[in-house]
Formats: sequence, C-alpha cells, structure tokens
Amino acid sequence: MENFEPEIVAFCCHYCAYTAADMAGSKRISYPSNVKIIRVPCTGKVDALHLMKALEKGADGVYVAGCLEGDCHFKNGNIRAKARVERVQKFLEELGWETERVTMLNMSAGMGEVFAKTAKEFTEKIKTLGPNPVKLRKTKAV
Amino acid sequence: MITAEQKPLQEIIGYIAPYGKILVVGCNECVTVCAAGGRKEVGLLASAIHLDRLKQGKTIDIKEITLERQCDPEYVEELVSSVGEVDAIVSMACGCGVQTIASRYKVPVFPAVNTKFMGASKSQGIWEERCQGCGDCMLGITGGICPVARCSKSLLNGPCGGTSDGQCEISPDTPCAWRLIWERLVELGIEDRYEELNMAKDWRPAGGAGPRRIIREDLA
Amino acid sequence: MKTESRLEKVLAAGHLAVTSEVGPPRGCGIEIVEKKANLIKDYVDGINITDNQTAMVRMSSIAGGVIVKQMGLDPIIQMVARDRNRLAMQADIIGAYSLGINTMLCLSGDHPKFGDHPNAKGVYDIDSINMINMVKNMRDEGIFQGGAEIKNPPKMFIGAAANPFADPFELRVARLAKKVAAGVDFVQTQCIFNLEKFETWMAGVVDRGLHEKVSVLAGITPMKSVGMARYMKNKVPGMDVPDEVIKRLEGVSKEKQPEEGIKMAIEQIQRLKECKGVAGFHIMAIEWEERVHEIVEGAGLYPRPEV
Repeated sequence: MENFEPEIVAFCCHYCAYTAADMAGSKRISYPSNVKIIRVPCTGKVDALHLMKALEKGADGVYVAGCLEGDCHFKNGNIRAKARVERVQKFLEELGWETERVTMLNMSAGMGEVFAKTAKEFTEKIKTLGPNPVKLRKTKAV
Repeated sequence: MITAEQKPLQEIIGYIAPYGKILVVGCNECVTVCAAGGRKEVGLLASAIHLDRLKQGKTIDIKEITLERQCDPEYVEELVSSVGEVDAIVSMACGCGVQTIASRYKVPVFPAVNTKFMGASKSQGIWEERCQGCGDCMLGITGGICPVARCSKSLLNGPCGGTSDGQCEISPDTPCAWRLIWERLVELGIEDRYEELNMAKDWRPAGGAGPRRIIREDLA
Repeated sequence: MKTESRLEKVLAAGHLAVTSEVGPPRGCGIEIVEKKANLIKDYVDGINITDNQTAMVRMSSIAGGVIVKQMGLDPIIQMVARDRNRLAMQADIIGAYSLGINTMLCLSGDHPKFGDHPNAKGVYDIDSINMINMVKNMRDEGIFQGGAEIKNPPKMFIGAAANPFADPFELRVARLAKKVAAGVDFVQTQCIFNLEKFETWMAGVVDRGLHEKVSVLAGITPMKSVGMARYMKNKVPGMDVPDEVIKRLEGVSKEKQPEEGIKMAIEQIQRLKECKGVAGFHIMAIEWEERVHEIVEGAGLYPRPEV
C-alpha cells in the first residue's frame, strides 16, 4: 500500500525515553508523527497484555522505550520490560506474525537525537512490513 | 504445587478452530503461581487468539473468567451462567480442573496447558519436581529428600555408579538425589541410617492398583 | 557351596578368578556370540553377557548366555533394573537357570536417555540391591519376592557391580556393605586406572571385613589408544583416568599404543595381585576380545585351574 501511514504506539518511561522525546522536541529534531507516545513512570509498568491489546486494536507497530540497561530509575524495570517484549515476540512467532512489530529500545534522557532516529527507523521498518493484519480484515470485508 | 506450561499456541488454536464463541477459564491457584493459567495468562491467551482470528479476517467472541479453583464442583458451578452462550471452553487449569469442567458441562472442553509435575519453587521462575505422589512417603528416613521423585532411577538404595561430580548421569544440572540424601544424613549426624536396607517398594499406593481415591468418612 | 557355578568353585578353592565379557549383537544370529566366546574361552572362569548395555537394544543377555552354555562354557548373565519389573525378572531367572545358567549380575542399568530409545519408560520397579536380595531369597529360602514357594528354586551365584570411583567416595565402601548385607556373593568393579584410589577403597573394604563375605574382582580394561583414554576420562560418567595414563600413551607412537595398553593392563594386574582382598579380575576388552589371552597369559593367570 503506497500511502500506508503506520500507527505506532511507543510506551516511554518518564525518566529517560519520554524526556529524550521532549528534548528532541525542544531541539526541533523532528520525528514521525506516526509515533504516539504513552508516558509511563517506568517501562517495568508495561505488561505483555498492554502490547498485545495495542496490536489487537490495530497498532501497526509497538515499542517500549526505557532507560539504558543498568541505569533504570527503578533498578531493573527496563529488564523486566525487555523480558515481556520477548515473550510477546514469541507469541507473535507462534501465530505467524512478524516479530519485528514489537521491540524494546533503550536510551538516556539526554539522547534527543537517538529518540528521533529510532522513532524514524521503526516507522520505516513498519512501513515495509505493511499494515497490521487485523486491519486487512476490514479491507477484505469491503 | 502442580506445575504446568502453556501448550503451543497453534495447538490451542487448532482445538478451537471450529468455534465462534469460546470461554477461556483460568485458575487462581497452582497455575497462577507458576504463571501458566492465571488471570493474566487468560488475558494473554485471549489476546493471542484474537490476533490470530483477526488476521484471518474472521471474528471470535471470547469470554474470560478466572475461578478460585477448577478442581472443586462448587467453583466450577459458577460458570453455569456463562456456559450457555459459548460453543467451547478452553481451560487453563491443570488436568484435574479440565476434567472437573468436562464432567459438569456438555460443551467441549480443551486444555490450554500441559500439566507437568508436583514441584516447589527454587527461586522466582524456576520450579523443580519434588514429589510423585507415591502414596507412601519415605521422607522421614531419607533426610527430607525424596529418592522416588528426585533420583532418575527411583532407587531406594542408591546411588548407582553413574554419579559424576555429585550430579546425576542424565545431566550435569541434576543433582544426584542420593548424594543429597547422604550429605543431609551426615549433616544431621545420622549417616548410619544409610546402610539400612530400604525394602522393594509397594507400588500400589503409587497408582499401581489403578486410579486412586481418598474417602474421608467423617467428611463425606 | 551354594551353587554349581564354576566361578564359585574357583574362588572357594582359593585361586584368583578371571572373568571377561562378550557384548551380544544388535541383531539376530548366534555367530557373533560364538566367535567372541571362542576367543576367550580357555582364559576365563566365566563369560559375562551384557544386558542392553548403555540402553541400546541388543540380543538379550539370557539368549546370549544360552548360546555360551551350549558351547559348553560358563555364562554370567546380567540383568538391569531398567528393563524389567520383578515379575519379569523372576520369570527370566527361573527360565535362565532351567537352561543351565547359574551365575548372574544384578545391576541398576544406564538411564534410557543414553540409548537408542530415550522415549522408553525406564521400569526401575526394584533397584539392584533389592534385586540381589530377591535372588538370594529365591535361592536360599526358595521363595518368590511376593512370598510364595518356588517349585525347584534357582541356585544362582549372585554378583553385582561396584564403582570405587563414583562420588561421593565416602559412600562407596558403605554401598558395598549394603550389597553384602543384601546377599551378594561377588562384585566386578568398574575398570581401574587410578590404582591408588582403588587400593584406598580396598583398604576400607578390608577394614570392615567385607572381603571375607564378598569376592572382589578388579575391573581391568586395556587402552587401545590415547584417544580412547581421553574419551574415557572426559566423557564417561563415574570413570577415573589419571593424567599419567594419558601421558604414558602419548609417549609412544600411534602404532605402539595398543601394545602399551596391553602392557599397562598386565602391570595393573600384577600390582593388584598383591592388594589384600582382591579375589580376581574382570577383563573388559570391548571389541578387543582377541587380546584377552595375552593379558591373562602375561599376568601369569594361564592356564585356568581345574576345579
């Protein structure tokens, strides 16, 4: 689909990734508007079910962005988040879905460029994968 | 607890392929503790099934309920108001729960987990087999370590000659149960116990005489 | 005398006994057993026939034993706890005895995981020690394990394995004591390369007077090559191969290694002849039966005595 604009959900932790996003904004480094940020106190708060439900409701790609490993404000919330992302990837693999639709990213609060760059790369990646298979049902119905 | 592991998604999806309305039932006890079939796992399984169906351009109606236990008819009875609306039930409980549901409702019931063993937590996320329900517990004479469940050959007078660095011949990750028993007897100062002959096991209480049952006259 | 076993007679007369073994084929036909037995027949007092060794299916030990018996030789059958429950064991024992077999080894058996049928259920109804006790009661009390009387009980000379090299070491003498208490007549040890450790174990055995109740046959395996020595050191559970053994084989050329291995086996026997409590030797020359005669002759154990 040539004009496919993916819908991306990004769970960003308050202390690092969200702050990095803010920094990107204040430095006027643009990142795709496809990325909808959801701020969480720590990526450790994100449950596997949140990622699954995001996909169920039609998100084309979902990522969890937390602090660099070893620097999590709550010690190891980002480690737990990574384990949950991997679990969801395993479910996707068993279901025959592209596991790249879900991923874990790490960055520090000052990394505005990194936030923008990774947001852009992820969006491009999802563009190549195409829309969430859930949406095809609607087009099929038509 | 009774431990279990979720079946491969494709197997579960295969079971429910013909159905458009299903009930996924979790259990709040053992399978919750080993993160295989509790309320959270019910949510994840329902979500995974949705993703699968939606991709095929089809729909499915999924009800999610988690019971306190599935091995007591009184709890299973709580499903009565929901069962009428569904074509199939997927139970995330151990085999005991699946069968209790199947005995009560005329709707097809499918297991979502493989029931594994009676075990204990070693640490978070790690469970190990400890008991095989042999019906004639000998833990009192083996220092609290079970040779039936933890010795790969269930030797009652072990160890065999295959111990290597204190581990069982089948895997370097499995401790030799008899080495553990010996160390414990030494620790407790009762190593003389070791040379007492443990007679050949009567396997009847262990299920050798057929499916087992307990009847408490004072309660039944 | 408890039985008609030649092994019992040799030991009772005070001679050092010699046994060896034959691995039955992974298929039908009596030729392979006959061929191997013929290579060793004049040099031993008994021929072990292994029982689905390393959990790989082979012709049954009893079938192999019958072949050996029909050659006029002395079979020692082996029975593992892994493949039969107590009914099958007793049925096989009375059948084997009826066909002329009078000596047997009671073993636990390598776990099915190692063999060609890892998906099989290992039986392990009774362990090797309870098996020893069962066979002893069949012989001396004339009763089955379940208590009923046996019409014409089997008179088996009862053997078992002993491994002085498995750990924990402190347990190994106590384990032999358990087997003795259960009724074992003789043991064949795991092959010995660490002679000091073996002698330490024997000292423990003698200290408890066990050598007077059980005949200990020291296990001897000649090394064919340094590769074999390394494999046994690193890959076989419960095996103790000291570095000196490896070094000695490394010190000779590849063609000379088999000779060196045979020499070392003979030296081991010569040394262990002097070890108090050793009643004989069990030579395990796997797929190398043609060299057994050299070892027996070289160690001064030929000819075998008349009993």
